[in-house]
Amino acid sequence: MSDVRIIAAGVHPFGRTPGLTGLQQGVFAVRQALAVAGLDWSDVQFAYGGSDSAGNADTMVSELGLTGLQFINVANGCATGGSAMFGAYSTIKAGEFDLGIAVGFDKHPRGAFDPKPADWGLPEWYGETGLMLTTQFFAMKTQRYMAEHGISIETLGRVAEKAFANGVLAPHAWRREAVDLETILTAPLVSDPFTKFMFCSPGEGAVALVFASAARARRLGLDGVRLRAAAVRSRPPGSFEVFSPALDFVRGPSPTTLASRAAFEMAGVAPGDIDIAQLQDTETGAEIMHMAENGFCADGDQEAWIAEGKTRIDGALPINTDGGCLACGEPIGASGLRQVYENFIQLTGQAGARQVSGDPRLGYSHVYGAPGVSAVAIVER
Amino acid sequence: MSLTLAPPIADRLMDFDAAGAPVLLAGRDRLTGRLVFPLPADADRFERVELPKHGRLWSWTIQRFRPKSPPYAGPEAFAPYAVGYVALDEAIIVESRLIGVAFGDLRIGLPLRLTTEPFTLESGETRLTFAFTPKESA
Repeated sequence: MSDVRIIAAGVHPFGRTPGLTGLQQGVFAVRQALAVAGLDWSDVQFAYGGSDSAGNADTMVSELGLTGLQFINVANGCATGGSAMFGAYSTIKAGEFDLGIAVGFDKHPRGAFDPKPADWGLPEWYGETGLMLTTQFFAMKTQRYMAEHGISIETLGRVAEKAFANGVLAPHAWRREAVDLETILTAPLVSDPFTKFMFCSPGEGAVALVFASAARARRLGLDGVRLRAAAVRSRPPGSFEVFSPALDFVRGPSPTTLASRAAFEMAGVAPGDIDIAQLQDTETGAEIMHMAENGFCADGDQEAWIAEGKTRIDGALPINTDGGCLACGEPIGASGLRQVYENFIQLTGQAGARQVSGDPRLGYSHVYGAPGVSAVAIVER
Repeated sequence: MSLTLAPPIADRLMDFDAAGAPVLLAGRDRLTGRLVFPLPADADRFERVELPKHGRLWSWTIQRFRPKSPPYAGPEAFAPYAVGYVALDEAIIVESRLIGVAFGDLRIGLPLRLTTEPFTLESGETRLTFAFTPKESA
């Protein structure tokens, strides 16, 4: 089995780009990644790509070139990007090909997502009576978690404050203005306990990553980072997921717990070894809960960690160094790959003003989405 | 208009006992014993179970913006509403609208009972849906 390396990365800035379709933003990201690596589209042997609501990824061959490559579309909700990466990882590890890409892009209309019950195997009344909102799920999961583990509203606010501060330093971020804690805490509530600054918004953007076998990377003279683990997991019994008319009385772990354990085992490293982490932060409560679900701290420790600034860029475990979904928005197809992009940029020392000091070696990324799927990747310089 | 005349918003969601009180319907998977709400259509696999009518608030939030239509079928005029998960004895935790309670009084552990709520669709038609309300209220 071959080692898998990510040798280049490209991004179309997140936010709103009225002049470009989601697909065109995807093409932009692919071209940028190839240009950085000095590669041509004709060098690419395979691609995995996807979007949630911006069209079929494989149609970008008409822009990039009709080389006849194997191009597989991926649709896996919020884990679309993570799943595309898993495809690329497995393909190279298996020795099928030695150079390919994963690309994710999206373009969502303004406002909250408007899922259709039937698409999720749910009865119509669930949507009709106003219960089918991702925002409600995140609010209620967080509300319960705060009560069980002593997390304060101030801590929710501090996560948003950090996200916007980091976004100021990230050229690909959407929100690039700092917001102070007081403003965050006193802004209008969207879904209690969250104010409008504590939720991310659906947006636009694209990311492309170039993968190669270790041997091919060496021949190209492109070290990049080694992809030590990529795991995608669905929900176990007793988990608490988006779009659940009911929950099992006996509570259980989450898809994140499963994906995280699998990835750590695959990589042969422990949470304490990780130098930098990008965790799904659909809202500030998600980042807090995902710190524990991914094994970085015990439930409840986040209160002290965040008060001490441990998760800031200059902290012991910097989390969401580009501002995460809160500052970048959430174009579903691109979001998971953005996290890996950020780890790639950080581990290769190209992060400029937001560069984590001390030569970070191990980067961790985690994406979560409906109806209960998580994808985790661990990369090493 | 009598509330009990409005038809339920969906089949296999709720029924009424001899006293006319509403009861939620779930299904018990004959293979695994797991309770599923609402009651699935597959009667061979799922045994019909009536859920407890009382419970405690397990978590909650306030929906403060009008959800997009579709799927939301409520009227254009919008007022924030409370939503929660309610732990029904040792059986299951059910998501529900919460009525008859001030937002400021919502807290985890609040004793609740099942009731019905007339839900006015965009068309002006009224359908009966379920909701939970504080136990002490009439």
